[in-house]
Amino acid sequence: MTGHGRFVEDVVWPDTWHVAFLRSPVARGRIVGLDVEAARALDGVRVVLTAAELNPLVRSWWQTAVGPDAPQPPRRLLAAEDVRWVGEPIAMVLATSRYVAEDALELIELDVEEQPPVIADHLDRWKVEGEVGLVHPELGTNVAAQVPSPDRGMPMGNAALDDVLGTAPHVFDETFHQHRYLCVPMEARGILARWDPYRGRMEIVAATQGAHEVRASTARLLGIDETQVHASAEDVGGGFGQKMYMSTEDHCVVAAAYREECAVRWIEDRNENLVAGGHARTEDMRLQVATDETGRILGIKAHHVEDVGAFPTPGVGSNAKLAAAYLPGPYDIGQYFFSGVATYSNTNGKCAYRGPWMMETVAREQMMDIVAVELGIDPLEFRRHNMITSDRLPFTTSSGMVYETVTPRETLDQVAELIDYEGFRAEQAAARADGRLLGIGLAAYIEGSPGFGVLGAEQVSLRIDYDGKVLASTGSGSHGQSVETTVAQVVADSLGVDYEDVRVVQNDTAASPFGSGTGGSRTAAVFGGAARLAGEKLRRKVLRVAAVALEADPEDLELDLGVVRVKGAPAVALPMAQVAAMAYAGHAAFPPDLEPGLEAAHRIKAPTFMFSNAAHAAVVEVDPGTGQVRVLRYAVSEDCGNMINPMVVEGQIAGGVVQGIGGVFYEHFVYDSTGNPLTTTFMDYLLPTAADVPEIVYGHVVTPSTTPGGFKPVGEGGAIVSPPALINAVRDALRPFGARLTAQPLTPAVLLDIIEGNTR
Amino acid sequence: MNEHRIEIVVNGRKRTASVEPRKVLADVLREDCELTGTHLGCEHGVCGACTVLVDGDAVRSCLMFGVQADGAEVTTIEGVAPGGGELSDVQAAFRDCHGLQCGFCTPGFVITVRAFLAENPRPTDAEIRSALSGNLCRCTGYQGIIAAVRQVVRQRTGLPPGAEPPASDIRPPSVPVAP
Ligand code: FES
Ligand code: FES
Repeated sequence: MTGHGRFVEDVVWPDTWHVAFLRSPVARGRIVGLDVEAARALDGVRVVLTAAELNPLVRSWWQTAVGPDAPQPPRRLLAAEDVRWVGEPIAMVLATSRYVAEDALELIELDVEEQPPVIADHLDRWKVEGEVGLVHPELGTNVAAQVPSPDRGMPMGNAALDDVLGTAPHVFDETFHQHRYLCVPMEARGILARWDPYRGRMEIVAATQGAHEVRASTARLLGIDETQVHASAEDVGGGFGQKMYMSTEDHCVVAAAYREECAVRWIEDRNENLVAGGHARTEDMRLQVATDETGRILGIKAHHVEDVGAFPTPGVGSNAKLAAAYLPGPYDIGQYFFSGVATYSNTNGKCAYRGPWMMETVAREQMMDIVAVELGIDPLEFRRHNMITSDRLPFTTSSGMVYETVTPRETLDQVAELIDYEGFRAEQAAARADGRLLGIGLAAYIEGSPGFGVLGAEQVSLRIDYDGKVLASTGSGSHGQSVETTVAQVVADSLGVDYEDVRVVQNDTAASPFGSGTGGSRTAAVFGGAARLAGEKLRRKVLRVAAVALEADPEDLELDLGVVRVKGAPAVALPMAQVAAMAYAGHAAFPPDLEPGLEAAHRIKAPTFMFSNAAHAAVVEVDPGTGQVRVLRYAVSEDCGNMINPMVVEGQIAGGVVQGIGGVFYEHFVYDSTGNPLTTTFMDYLLPTAADVPEIVYGHVVTPSTTPGGFKPVGEGGAIVSPPALINAVRDALRPFGARLTAQPLTPAVLLDIIEGNTR
Repeated sequence: MNEHRIEIVVNGRKRTASVEPRKVLADVLREDCELTGTHLGCEHGVCGACTVLVDGDAVRSCLMFGVQADGAEVTTIEGVAPGGGELSDVQAAFRDCHGLQCGFCTPGFVITVRAFLAENPRPTDAEIRSALSGNLCRCTGYQGIIAAVRQVVRQRTGLPPGAEPPASDIRPPSVPVAP
């Protein structure tokens, strides 16, 4: 804000070599010629690295969250004999500046013999069988993952569901498509690395959501110890999932620094970020839904197809397992079965993007509207009819998730009120009489946040040094979530000091405890919970030390705003600096069981899943002349438990909602039939602007969770549920035209076709 | 490549640099002047992150060559705050209204808003939105940024932002539910 922020590209090291990558211009083909001699000879070029130099350095390559045994695509640093997507790195130039490095790229001679790629147009895809070839010949299949997994002994069907689908009074069958749209952090990716062979030390500054993952991946790649790697992040300009794991290019940079024994810097440009930064969405979901005569849902069968590109991360990039777990959402759906297949293609690999599994909500919430209208029931009523009510908690969903503190009915009712659902129909009818197309859309969901495995044990460490101020260190990696603010607030509150006296250190492997970074919406619940318990521990310690000084019982002392007082005798006060001085230097009088110093840490064990819930409502107007959509009103009601900071909560929601507006109406990463990307700048890949978004109205229902502090996940929900709310609103507006509207994006051209009757 | 000597007054200080003709102003500011507050979000003139004032006008420093700024007066984000830890009113409003999350886009927005309000001190909501539509933010959904501009207008003029449509800062109360 003042220009004093420091992002990765602002970090300057001496004697640092700038990277530019030569990337594949074709989606699939054999490299028949690669001549880098002229580039190597250019003034200012240190080296041009190809697969021959770099790839042998790879020892192992996996992400902590999936583990060493999980399947991975056949990873490689640089393409060797063949190329598998447009943008795949083939060679890497290290030069005195990015300008010179790009000049050198021009001098490289590359000859690729093209082969037909595995690609499909975004509305005519998912042909797993009969493709023209294999993305990864070494795998012998284009199937990246399947659920249920046939070789894991999981049930491959649900006979009771098939019965229901065969006999129910009403069965609906619809397939929904979600196009390719992307994280697009405003700061693209970037990393600096330097290897010092004399000290055996790798230093890394990266734009990352989790420095510990950078350290771990680097150590694995090069076969060195994690303790030899110091990874940290400066300010990070957004990530949304794209910066959760190290990319192929990041791996290339650390490998180059290691091989060349020098400092290497790669700051990608926007074109690279759009073409080669991890991609997202790109999936279909078919839902078969059975209901009884009254509109009660009796069963849902879901089939999910994901395009994970060539080299997805983490693992094989499939989100089907979480989608399967979360699909029942806030409803009692009766019998259930979920299957899914993820397929490789000759396109850029998939990465995590805010609510990576969100197709379950996108499809389900559209289906709720379609079924309701077919049954002649109002979509709001239909949802109420099937929704889990508070009196049924704890509730075990058809997928086995256990909800304890969710309030879907309350948020649905609140959002209906905020958007004036009742009043809208009259407004809509009046508008239609004037030739204006208004529509309203609702969507509800339960936001699940994983607390299993490495994601479920996070630590906050607290230290009060000599001057009595508090240093909190965490394994989080804030990249715009205000974690510094919220953790400081929780610590201040639970410890009993002024918020201004707490500093938070994070995203630095030398300064923060091991942690998996910021992602998965866990930060408030997991780091917030740990902060609270660590604060309470340290508070007890402070009171014990103070008790020695005051010759009192710790029970008789209280700590507030950094001052210890004797209860009932407020005149006797000991400021924190004095307690600290005693803890470190005045410990002669300490009893034997009282350790000097003022430190405390807590590593929290999170529940396997944590849940929050919300309902969104949108009112849109479609211009019948241009097909353009304006979002007139947008309301959100959510229950994320106790709110550490309502402004941060609303900021997270707003950011997610606008990413949904972008995803539904503007953003679309397009490949042509040869796998060539067509939307490679912000002139073609359109992001929503301030002129495209409504003022969002918020309502909060506050039901504390059972975890310490009562916090719940909130970071991803806005992006998960806004797309179906918006699509439902457009579908409602266009109902007079009888459109099915099951594919995104909803561009003016698509909507005009519907209005003019040129479509199904 | 041959280099040209240029002289720019940046944030009130005279700076000279020797730059290649192809070097854009943003890179001259970031590398030669070591003022890294100006960010590059796209390098092709769409995102507005690189916005600086050149002779008082908001320009995209990724689209202008450094040599074109020879002799000009440039204000970057580093020149906006009065110093000593104090913020300008626009910056303070961004902080108060949660107008930034990651902060990457913020320098461009602050400069844009500064230039915009200098020209139009009491804009309508629609004018605010359209003035901001040349700057992209991926984190905030623009809610806090628009609120920040309204706050500055209110503070500077003592009046709410221009007539239609009314800026609603109304929020519904929280509904507590028993656990
Ligand atoms: S970097 Fe200049 S407009 Fe985006
Ligand atoms: S605050 Fe992150 S891009 Fe605007």
